[in-house]
Order: sequence, then structure tokens, then C-alpha cells
Amino acid sequence: MGASLPASRVKVVAFMPGIRVPVLVLLLLAIAVIVGPWLLPGDPIAIGDMLDTRLLPPLSRGTDGHLHLLGTDRFGRDLLNRMLLAGRISLSVGIAGSLLSAGAGVLLGATAGWIGGLADRATVALADTLLSIPRLVLLLVFSTLWTPGLTMVVAILVATGWMGTMRLVRAEVQAMRSQPFVEGARALGTGERRLLFRHVLPNAIGPAIVAATLGVGNAILLESGLSFLGLGVQPPTPSWGNMIAGGRDLIVTAPWVAIMPGVLLVLTVLAATLLGDAVRDWLAGDRATAEP
Amino acid sequence: MQHLLSRIGTAALLLWLVATLTFALVRIAPGDPAQLLLPPDAPPAELERLREKFGLSEPVPVQYARWMGGVLRGDLGTSLAQSRPVTSVLADALPVSIVLGGVSLCLSFLIGSVLGLTQAAHRQRATDRILTVLTTAAYAAPAFWVALSLVAIFTYGASTWGFPGFLRLPAFGMRDPAGMLQGWPAFADLVRHSILPVLVLTLVGAAGIARYARTAAADVLASDFVRTARAKGAGSIRVHGRHVLRNALPPLLVLFALALPGVLAGSVFVESVFAWPGMGRTMLNAISQRDYPVVLGATIVYAALVIAANLAADIALALLDPRRRS
Repeated sequence: MGASLPASRVKVVAFMPGIRVPVLVLLLLAIAVIVGPWLLPGDPIAIGDMLDTRLLPPLSRGTDGHLHLLGTDRFGRDLLNRMLLAGRISLSVGIAGSLLSAGAGVLLGATAGWIGGLADRATVALADTLLSIPRLVLLLVFSTLWTPGLTMVVAILVATGWMGTMRLVRAEVQAMRSQPFVEGARALGTGERRLLFRHVLPNAIGPAIVAATLGVGNAILLESGLSFLGLGVQPPTPSWGNMIAGGRDLIVTAPWVAIMPGVLLVLTVLAATLLGDAVRDWLAGDRATAEP
Repeated sequence: MQHLLSRIGTAALLLWLVATLTFALVRIAPGDPAQLLLPPDAPPAELERLREKFGLSEPVPVQYARWMGGVLRGDLGTSLAQSRPVTSVLADALPVSIVLGGVSLCLSFLIGSVLGLTQAAHRQRATDRILTVLTTAAYAAPAFWVALSLVAIFTYGASTWGFPGFLRLPAFGMRDPAGMLQGWPAFADLVRHSILPVLVLTLVGAAGIARYARTAAADVLASDFVRTARAKGAGSIRVHGRHVLRNALPPLLVLFALALPGVLAGSVFVESVFAWPGMGRTMLNAISQRDYPVVLGATIVYAALVIAANLAADIALALLDPRRRS
């Protein structure tokens, strides 16, 4: 029963190394991207003294004596500062994109699985159609037809990301439709909506949690890909993807401009994916012990 | 046989749905293709002329019938930027992507399944933990960033650290710029140019396959017949080679089909960074030129590849696994 865990179990889970390490990394990252841009030198958006401070290599000092730990970009902006600011955008887009996709998947899957009939068939057909186009290609088509931007990226991530969760939740809800506890609740006169949302869904939510956790890394990757291609978050708003794109033509002369944001990106997605794996393994183990 | 026919029917239905979806998306999107193509301050007469030219002034069902009829006949319209059939634009690009993706997919498969099986055999030990972090890191690394990092290493790095001659790999393009080479030297040059793109796609692909293969093999290792084989005294090689590999093969085969979209998606970035004239770069160019017939055509071709791969995996599964034949 994934929904109502005893507090002691939650405490045990929080101290498992597979969960503790990635959570710690993600927490540190979150603190860094929130606090970092206030503490670090210079304005990460404004274009500064270009001639003297542009494209400084890592660990060099600017004319004002500030240390640029990771160097500066072509406009003389501190790279670390900008990376952390971009992290705010990339992390929020990743988390929002993945949570909203999972939410849409849960809603559609629960409704389709519960109602059945034509609505169910139509939802499944739409999902199958969307799943037979590689997600990146689908994202490219969407961003060609709709103007790119921050909200549009999230909307596109949701439009192309709900199918997996929908299938999982639909299967769980269908399997649960004729379970004794559901029929019992119905016999007691529970309304259909309350039955679905209070009795069935909490028991079918496990796969959605895994999908949402694993989806964060995926959403961050896709956002960075779109922004790299100029179809996602638009400059001057920095995101890891458009920062890497900005350093692309400097790759031969000043490679750190493109490489550094990617390091932070990989670290984030790695931590998010390991966390997702750990949650999945834990939920699988939980089920195995709960249903002997 | 009936199973096969119903699978083919499903595949055809899916392809029809994809073609319908692409048509619908263009209708739903704000502004019609004529507006997308012209600057916002274009005179209304010009807009009207373009609409007439593309058949956009006709009723939607007529347009849909025309589009579907074209798709059925293998006619995906005319490229706006290149003024030639979309199919011929894509036919130029497709072989490049198929070869690049195919070679990388085979290599990823080989490396990925060996890694995954090794991890499963050493489950929860140091080898498994280290490989898990490494493969997850490679899986977490965006293909375009890996590609750019390699370009940096073989351009900036090569001159900074003084790479020896044989390590100075070309980081851009598909063949020598002058195009003077013929025969074997030309092939050798193509191979040299393809090392870095294939390396990127293989790295990203193998990581994903290893992650999946580890779970698939671990499931098999935990099953009763493996315990029985061990109890009978079968050696480690026999257990892993005969019992585990054979039973982990069907899920791996499904994976081959599932990995295809990932490799195709990765090749969009790889072709973009390394300037290879494949499907991905064609699609990106079409997007920047607002050449929507090429974008939609490429989408349908990508979907057809995915659907065909799934169908092939299904048929192969039925051949491999007698239980699925009924």
C-alpha cells in the first residue's frame, strides 16, 4: 500500500544510502542555485566590460580583482554565477515538466481505466500514436508550430510526456476495478468519483511516483536539448542548454564556456536518475514484502 | 499467422494515426502555414495567394483527404525551401542516419548487454555499484554535450596537449572538405570522420541498454530454474551463457526496438554538432527555415521506423519464444 506508509518506514527509507546520497546532492544543488547568484561577483545577465573580462579561463581574476572560478563567457559574465542562475530555470522546468506530466498521466489513466469504453480507447490510441514518434522529434514538431519560451517548454514537455504514466495507472485502476474492497465501498453507497479518487487511486499511485521521479532527469535533459537547438528557453534568460549553445562556436578556442554548464547538468540528471532508481527499487521491494 | 496479421494491421493503423496527428497539429497550431512563412506585416493579398497555392483555402476535410491520399501514394508534398519533393529531400538524408544509427546501435547493443550482464552477475558488489554510477552518468549526459566535449578534446585539446598524428581525428563533417578522394582512401577517410559521431551515439546508447539489461538479467538470475541449474552443479559460464543469456534474450530483443528512438533522437544532436547531412540535420534546417512539409515528412518517416522496429521485434519474439506463438 504505497499511499499510507507508517512514519517509521519513511524514516528508514530516508537513511538508505541509495536515496540519501542523491537527495543530498540535489539539496546542495538546490541551495547553490538559490543562494549562489546573490553571493557571486558581477551581474549574470548584464553585459559587462567586454574587452578586459571576456573569455577569461577558469581560476583567473578579472580587472576588478574578483576570482572567476570557472572563467567568464564572451560577454565577460562570471560563468559559475550564470550557471547557477540557469540552474534555477533548468531545475524548475525539469521538476514542473515531470510533475505535471505525471499528474496528467494519472488523471487520464485513472479516468480511462475507470470509465472504459470509447473514452478509454481514444486515450490509448492517442497515447500509442504519440509513443510511436520519438519524443525528441515530437518536441521539435511542437516547438516548430508553437512559439518557444519558458511556459511553452513546460507545456510541450507535458503534452509529450504523459503517456507512460497513463498506461501504468490505467492498468492498475483496471485491475482494481473489481477488487472486493472497491465493490464493498460501492455497496456502501460511495459515489463513483469518491470511489475512484479516495479508494482506487491512492492504491494505484505507486508507478506514478516512480515515473515522476525518473521523469525529472529526463525533463531536464529534454529542456536542455531544446534550448541547445534554440527552440526552448530563449536568451537572455539562461538555461544550461542555451548556455552550452552559446559556447558552441567557441568550442575550439574557449571550450570551458560550453563544457562547464554541462558538468552541472550531468551531475543533476545523474542524481535525479539514481534517486528515481532507488525509489523504484524500494517500491518494488515494498510490494514484494507487502504481498507475500 | 493470425497474430502476425493482426500485428501488421495494428502497425498500419498506427501509421495512419501518426499521419492524421501531424495533419491535426498543423491545424491546431496558431496561424496557418502561410502566416508562418510570411513576415507578420506581409500584405493580405500575398497571404491569400500563398493559401491558394498550398490549397489552404479549401475545406479542412478536402485538405485532409488530399494529405492522406498523398501519404498513401508516398507523396509527402513539396519542400518550401528547396522546391523539390519532400520524399527526395528525405531520401538523400535517410541513408546517412540509418548507417550512423545502425552501426552505433549494434555497437551499443554489444557493449551494453555485456556491461549489464556483468553487473547482474556481480549484483550489489563494488563492480556493480561502480558500473551503475558510470552507466547512469553516461545515460545522464546529453548527446550534444558529449559531442561538443569530444570536439573540444580533439581540437583545443589536441593542440594544447600535442596529440600524436594518428589521434588527430577530424571533428567536423562526413568526408574531406575537397572531396578529391576516390575508392579505398575515400572509405578510410569516411571511417576516420565517423569515429567521433559513432563514439558519442554508442556511449549514450550503451549506457541505456546496460541499465535495462542489468534489470532483465537480474530477473532471470533470481528465477527458480537458475537455482536448479546451480544446484545441479552447472558451472558459472554454463549458467550465465546458457540459462541466463537465453532467457534474457527476448527482453533484450524488445530493447533493440525500444532503443531505436533514443538512437534516432541522439543522432539529431550528433548530426547537428558534427555537421553530418542526415535526417536530424535536415529536420533542424527545415525547422529554422519554417519548411513545415519537410518537418512533418521527417516526423512520419521517424514514426514509420519506430513502428517497423516494434513490428520486427514482435515477430522475432514469436520466433524465439514458443509460448508467444499460439
